[in-house]
Amino acid sequence: MEFLRPATWDEALAAKAEHPSALPISGGTDVMVELNFDRHRPSALLDLNRISELTAWESGRFEGQEGEVIRLGAAVPYARITRELSTELPGLSLAGNTVGSPQIRNRGSVGGNLGGASPAGDAHPALLAAGRDVLVEAESVRGTRLIPIDEFYVGVKRNSLEPDELIRAVRIPVADGPQQFSKIGTRNAMVIAVCAFGIALHPKNGTVGTGIGSAAPTPRRAVEAEEFIAGELADRGLWQSGGLIGPAAIQRFGELVAAAASPIDDVRGTAAYRRHALAVMARRTLTWTWNEYTQSLRSAA
Amino acid sequence: MRVTFTANGREVEADDVWEGESLLFMLRERLGLPGSKNACEQGECGSCTVYLDGAPVCSCLVAAGQVQDREVRTVEGLADPEGGLDDVQQAFVDAGAVQCGFCTPGLLVQSHDLLERNPQPSDNDIREALSGNLCRCTGYEKIMDAVRLASARKCSSSEVSQ
Repeated sequence: MEFLRPATWDEALAAKAEHPSALPISGGTDVMVELNFDRHRPSALLDLNRISELTAWESGRFEGQEGEVIRLGAAVPYARITRELSTELPGLSLAGNTVGSPQIRNRGSVGGNLGGASPAGDAHPALLAAGRDVLVEAESVRGTRLIPIDEFYVGVKRNSLEPDELIRAVRIPVADGPQQFSKIGTRNAMVIAVCAFGIALHPKNGTVGTGIGSAAPTPRRAVEAEEFIAGELADRGLWQSGGLIGPAAIQRFGELVAAAASPIDDVRGTAAYRRHALAVMARRTLTWTWNEYTQSLRSAA
Repeated sequence: MRVTFTANGREVEADDVWEGESLLFMLRERLGLPGSKNACEQGECGSCTVYLDGAPVCSCLVAAGQVQDREVRTVEGLADPEGGLDDVQQAFVDAGAVQCGFCTPGLLVQSHDLLERNPQPSDNDIREALSGNLCRCTGYEKIMDAVRLASARKCSSSEVSQ
């Protein structure tokens, strides 16, 4: 096995071009488990720890995305996302705070979740919910490719990166409304999600974003649920009035979220339990975010 | 490969390190620092917690090669060679927070970090900070006592010095 230790991003891209089968390692919280248990023996490890850009984030305006955007370096650890970006990226920050333990959150990052593309990665539901214009910045010696989050996940632990590409950053629009994240596990720490759900209200364009984790071969959004609830909010003028959504619509939203999943039975839970739990989490998080939204309307009035 | 880094304030060098080896293995097997314990090898138990550039991490999940030129502080580096045990270590002894002792090194490093950041943690803060450290003897109540004791001593000694 080779250990490649580029000092700069350009060196990293060159190394990945030369060794396309090299496995990038940053926090190591997934990669090292595979190595320790000898489940995977890559030809080379590509250590990204020395590349300081990857652990920085910036805010600004970027082409193809509306409003203020956070360009989050791929290796910014979850502990820092929660500490530094809880206002701008509330959903991701809540999700990040459920990853592993404090030690894991000091190392693990969104780039690692995306690179591994496990359906159970905690960041995915939050990224999907944050909007269809969340973009993964994939880079190679050939140039930069911006992959919309909806096109990023292609199969179980498979993403749409080319073999010579590395994840440089993720561009995530700053939240324009309340966001929530909910996750089922046997305890509050150190759990791989049995299933998870992320939601984001987008009052600016009248949409609602969702993300389902651990209940399908890939992370996915609940498209029909999103369209249904956005229609309800628009048709009944609720974005303006801040009125109650009502139990029937909340119930329907939960059902549609559950229907969007295609879970399996496994050691962590049954398919039926996952569907049930998704409906519950969808109803709860919709209520939480909607209450927060109506409170913000009232306090603005 | 060769890895050179700082361990507990001292420059160290390990030779013939396998590329896929963990920091934990290198510390224990090549550098004579067996304080950090090897249990789950997947970041579940926290027994191998060390500081890497000042942040507590599971050393079983850091590749040895990643610490080149960086700073590692293990449980062996908590005590002051002149002044004796660190406050957190003394509190674990005094509170009887050690049963079989296997989880203790990780808990000491993690508690040490908590009290550096937050000298007066609430019980919830302590539980959250230690949520990645498992004690299979289930001595959690004594461990809570130890962290509370270390916190109380830290706060009273800083009042005295003021």
